[in-house]
Amino acid sequence: MSKKQYAFYPGCSSQAKASADNFLRSIDVVCQKLDVQLNEIPDWNCCGASIGYGEGGELPRLALSARNLALAETNFAGQDMVSVCPACWLASRETAERLHENNSLLAECNEALKEAGLTFKGEAKARHFVEVLIEDIGWDQMKSQVVKPLDGLKFAGYVGCQTNRPFGIAGESFENPLYLDKMVETVGAEAVKYDQKVTCCGGALAFSEPDKAQKQIRDIVESAYDHGADMIVTPCQLCQANVEIYQSEINKKQGTKFNMPVVYYSQLMTIAYGGTAQQAGLDGQLIKAEKLEKIAGK
Amino acid sequence: MTTANQSAGAKYKNSFLKEVEANVEDGQWVKMCMQCGVCAGSCPLGPAWEHSPQKIFMMIRAGKREEVLKSDSMWMCTSCYNCIVRCPRKLPITHIMHGLANYAHRLGLAPQGQPTREIAKLFWDNLVKTGRVNELKFSLAMYFKDGFGQGVKNAMAMQSVGLGLVKAKRLNPMEILGGHSCKDKSGIQKMIAKAREIEDRRKGLA
Amino acid sequence: MNTTSAPATPKHAAYICSGCGIGDTLDVAGLEKVAKTEGKMAVIKTHPFLCNAEGVQMIRDDIANDGVTHVCIAACSRRAKAEAFQFDGIALSRANLREGVIWVVAEGSDHDEVRQEMAEDYVRMGCAEVKKMTAPAGNVKETSSKKILVVGGGMSGMTAALAAADAGYEVVLVEKTGALGGFASNLYKRVPFNGPYAEPQPTGVEEMAAKVSGNGKIKVYLNSTVAETAGAPGRFAVKIAAESGSVTEELCGAVVQATGFTTYPLDKLPELGGGQANVVDQAGLEALAKAANGGAIKRADGKEVKSVVFVQCAGQRGTGGNGSGSHLEYCSGHCCATSIKQAMYFKGQNPDIDTVVMYSDLRVPGMGEDFYRSAQQKGVIFTKAKVTGVKGGDSCQVEFKDLILDEEVSTDADLVVLATGQVPNAGVNLDEWTATVTAAESGDEAAKGKKTELQKISVLNLNYRQGPDMPQFKYGFADSHFICFPYETRRTGIYAAGPTRRPMDMFQATEDAIGAAMKAIQAVENVEKGRAAHPRAWDLSFPKARLEGCTQCKRCTVECPFGAIDEDEKRFPLFNEERCRRCGTCMGACPVRVISFENYSCDTVGMQIKAVNVPDEFEEKPRILILACENDAYPALDMAGVQRMTYSAFVRAIPVRCLGSVNTIWITDALNSGYDGVMMMGCKKGDDYQCHFVKGSEMAYYRMSKIDDTLKQLGLEPERVQTHEIAITDNARVVKLINEYVEQLNEIGPSPMKGFG
Repeated sequence: MSKKQYAFYPGCSSQAKASADNFLRSIDVVCQKLDVQLNEIPDWNCCGASIGYGEGGELPRLALSARNLALAETNFAGQDMVSVCPACWLASRETAERLHENNSLLAECNEALKEAGLTFKGEAKARHFVEVLIEDIGWDQMKSQVVKPLDGLKFAGYVGCQTNRPFGIAGESFENPLYLDKMVETVGAEAVKYDQKVTCCGGALAFSEPDKAQKQIRDIVESAYDHGADMIVTPCQLCQANVEIYQSEINKKQGTKFNMPVVYYSQLMTIAYGGTAQQAGLDGQLIKAEKLEKIAGK
Repeated sequence: MTTANQSAGAKYKNSFLKEVEANVEDGQWVKMCMQCGVCAGSCPLGPAWEHSPQKIFMMIRAGKREEVLKSDSMWMCTSCYNCIVRCPRKLPITHIMHGLANYAHRLGLAPQGQPTREIAKLFWDNLVKTGRVNELKFSLAMYFKDGFGQGVKNAMAMQSVGLGLVKAKRLNPMEILGGHSCKDKSGIQKMIAKAREIEDRRKGLA
Repeated sequence: MNTTSAPATPKHAAYICSGCGIGDTLDVAGLEKVAKTEGKMAVIKTHPFLCNAEGVQMIRDDIANDGVTHVCIAACSRRAKAEAFQFDGIALSRANLREGVIWVVAEGSDHDEVRQEMAEDYVRMGCAEVKKMTAPAGNVKETSSKKILVVGGGMSGMTAALAAADAGYEVVLVEKTGALGGFASNLYKRVPFNGPYAEPQPTGVEEMAAKVSGNGKIKVYLNSTVAETAGAPGRFAVKIAAESGSVTEELCGAVVQATGFTTYPLDKLPELGGGQANVVDQAGLEALAKAANGGAIKRADGKEVKSVVFVQCAGQRGTGGNGSGSHLEYCSGHCCATSIKQAMYFKGQNPDIDTVVMYSDLRVPGMGEDFYRSAQQKGVIFTKAKVTGVKGGDSCQVEFKDLILDEEVSTDADLVVLATGQVPNAGVNLDEWTATVTAAESGDEAAKGKKTELQKISVLNLNYRQGPDMPQFKYGFADSHFICFPYETRRTGIYAAGPTRRPMDMFQATEDAIGAAMKAIQAVENVEKGRAAHPRAWDLSFPKARLEGCTQCKRCTVECPFGAIDEDEKRFPLFNEERCRRCGTCMGACPVRVISFENYSCDTVGMQIKAVNVPDEFEEKPRILILACENDAYPALDMAGVQRMTYSAFVRAIPVRCLGSVNTIWITDALNSGYDGVMMMGCKKGDDYQCHFVKGSEMAYYRMSKIDDTLKQLGLEPERVQTHEIAITDNARVVKLINEYVEQLNEIGPSPMKGFG
């Protein structure tokens, strides 16, 4: 079977030694196992993230994403542009759709892009890596690579916001998306039912409004504990960072004893596919995912 | 500025609504709100909003220009998009809130020192410099946004987390010396400047 | 009246079905024995599958070859297999052994005895009933008119006339004014009826009027009113009086009353600026828009309107609307869409005109939502507000509470439009009429004058004993059975359509008109076949009275929900069968029991009650009589059986046509016979009634409220007679009620009347 090829937009947090560095390592393993080739877009730039609006406004933000799409089009013609970061995906897809629907906006955008020597034709399609897994690879293929089923582990599948809204994964409901649970089950673990699956972690407001964001995070972690989860699993870098990093803060302030590991779906897959803890990026956990490491060490 | 400085005296007339339609991202949707309040009930930070999106839409129609633009409500948006997917009228509420915040910020009416406004600016400045976000510099900038003394306190408070991230190789202390960057920094900066220029021209914010 | 053609020598037969588990659960031989020795049936046969072709043929053969005239089927409920067990010209009773016994009595041999007793009682009852029945022969009228009279030439009336004419019926259309079109002809444009529901549309009234005028089946009387309507469905004698004074008589089969509405008077709304300059109602705005004809809309003083505020619910919806709350209690339904349309008049002409609609709830059902959205797209501003005051003048002031922002504010406008409500043109209020007539008859001169005034506002001028118009429903709208059968009224063969029936918009009025026209056609067709109207449309029976026993108490004429009974010259009741719906309320009302139907009478039920074997007090087997309305309560009991719910085997249920048909003699007979209790089950009464005959269950409650005295005389506790409102979905509830009642009666103890019956 020939490798499936995609133009790859890693995004700022997935760079080496950035906050989701470990995530990308596990994505690499998953791609190898599933015959996927991600071709990094040369000189990609930041998408503006969800907080870019404050200073950036509309057109500068669109231009940032249009530049990435234009680079993808130019360098990897015919390939979909894939992101592993929900914010990157959201910004790119929104830009692609808006410019597709609005010709005058496209013209304005290209006027700006010209300054960077580029033109966006509107061909590249912005997709999320989860879409690639589900739609292009398929559940059977994902399951076929499992050599170490994660028997007995219970995960709270935390989908969060931007992988789920406003676009989401085709066929899923906004209120109760099921694909992440299915991924958990595909690698042989159990997906617990809990009520904070799509709750917002506070996003960028974890920096600016820490108390409000930490209330969100507390609800999520507490519910995962209450429903018997060993770990939280998520597809989102910001969810992962916020929910993992601030547990110690919440413990300090509110006397809780949270110590719930928060991992990525790709880390689960890496371990289930026979990868090492190092390959899965488990060394990047602030709260060690000991139960996963144990299975990896078997 | 075409209409930006018009008085808001003509209450329940359409002047501010027209201004929003012309100058705010997705502002043409404001008139389509049917006042059901689902957005207000769906916002994770709902209780923190002085005026819910539902009310903000009504205030725009009622010509309450200053009250809307000076409000810190829009800055409470976490970009969770819950309001968007639930709105029965399909208003892009998140975008409108972002648009209003940006418009108020550009007019200089947004609340001074509003923390989200501050970090939004820091974030953007950070990304414009190299084309990519430098997480360390961004974090330090945030801690020191309220001055050096407060910055040291903030940084100390989060020190264990920071060290943890460094140990986990998820925060690189060497980033302070430069770190990740796009090659075509100047092209990106020119592009952003141009985009802003076009948008300002279109909105009369030159 | 036709007489029955039943043979002189009746022959009674009982057929017992042992299918559906009846034979496995019951002692069928025992049932046969009961039918023979106590039921005195001449023919008794058991069949393992009575409703199949062979079983039915067996009965048909007996009728054809053996002279059987009366048939008692002991099988399933009368509500099942009604088509299989239908034998023309044969009196038929049904003993309900399946839904009524084997499906509801608890399983197991412990219950064998009471189950068998229950089944045997039902066989006794079926035999007793059929012996008192005669096969109804119908009341076929050879010379009935099928012409439809339509009163009112507006949108509803014209639509009804065209619908009836299209279906092949002659129509007489009477219009009070000099032109067809009604309220709709005053409109500039109408709300859209079809997709994309985005723009106001031409009314189409002129085209419709031309179609009516040009239709060979429709005879139009302009400048005319109905001076008198006499008779009954199939034979309404209608006097049509022209303004000129000439009177024409038309014989009609049925009537559609489409007399529309009047707008609520503006001058009654001073608190909202009614009567002041530049404050108009929606009709007033239509006039301005019509005058502008697509140009700038100008006020009465000629000034071009640059800003307009629409005040929704003006003087409507009680305290929920805008205004003082002492006006109309109801929502007129159309006004939200109408204001949206009118706001578009302004936006269509000049998008810069400020148009604000102040509403508390925007009610635009169905595709009206698209129309609302379209107005929002055009920039019409919708403000959720309670308007507290309007001042007219050169610059109108609207004071209001913004319900979203929770603040008291005001705004100015060149013009204010009040969305006032629809007041039905439904003629005379019959309660007022009856009181006036009673006073006039006792010599009150003022009442005599008032009677004349009332006659002037009458629409139909019916010469019915109960008054000149249709009974009015809530808020003065013409009658309708709004829950179950919206087009049915309490004047058989007369159907209300459009805003005279309930508040509605133009599209609803046209649909309503078509519905009413279809009902009118159904009515004339039923009359021709001698059949009743809904809900007993198959019924060929009709009430007969033994006038020699009548005391002229007038209860039947007063209590008939359909005004079917007039009085003859000697003040005896005069039954108009074509107006009768066969509910039997007259039969229930009659204190001397002279009114009966061929297949339903004081005897058919009374003999069933007496046929039940009531054990003595030492057996500890109470007997409870259930008189259940056949429309809702009896189906609920059946459904309890279908769902295998169990209830006490001590009850004996008899279906009645309506609780209104229950004659108190049945209750006293039952109590005298030693029954321990009586449960009456009927439909919901009151303003939101579900009684299929509108007033029947209410009459029953009224009568039963007076039964306490009778009970006292008998030395019985008041708990021994109970009345319940049962909906057709109350299957679980009836079971609970029965079982609780049995327990209650156990506590009270056996009836002291046992053994005296």
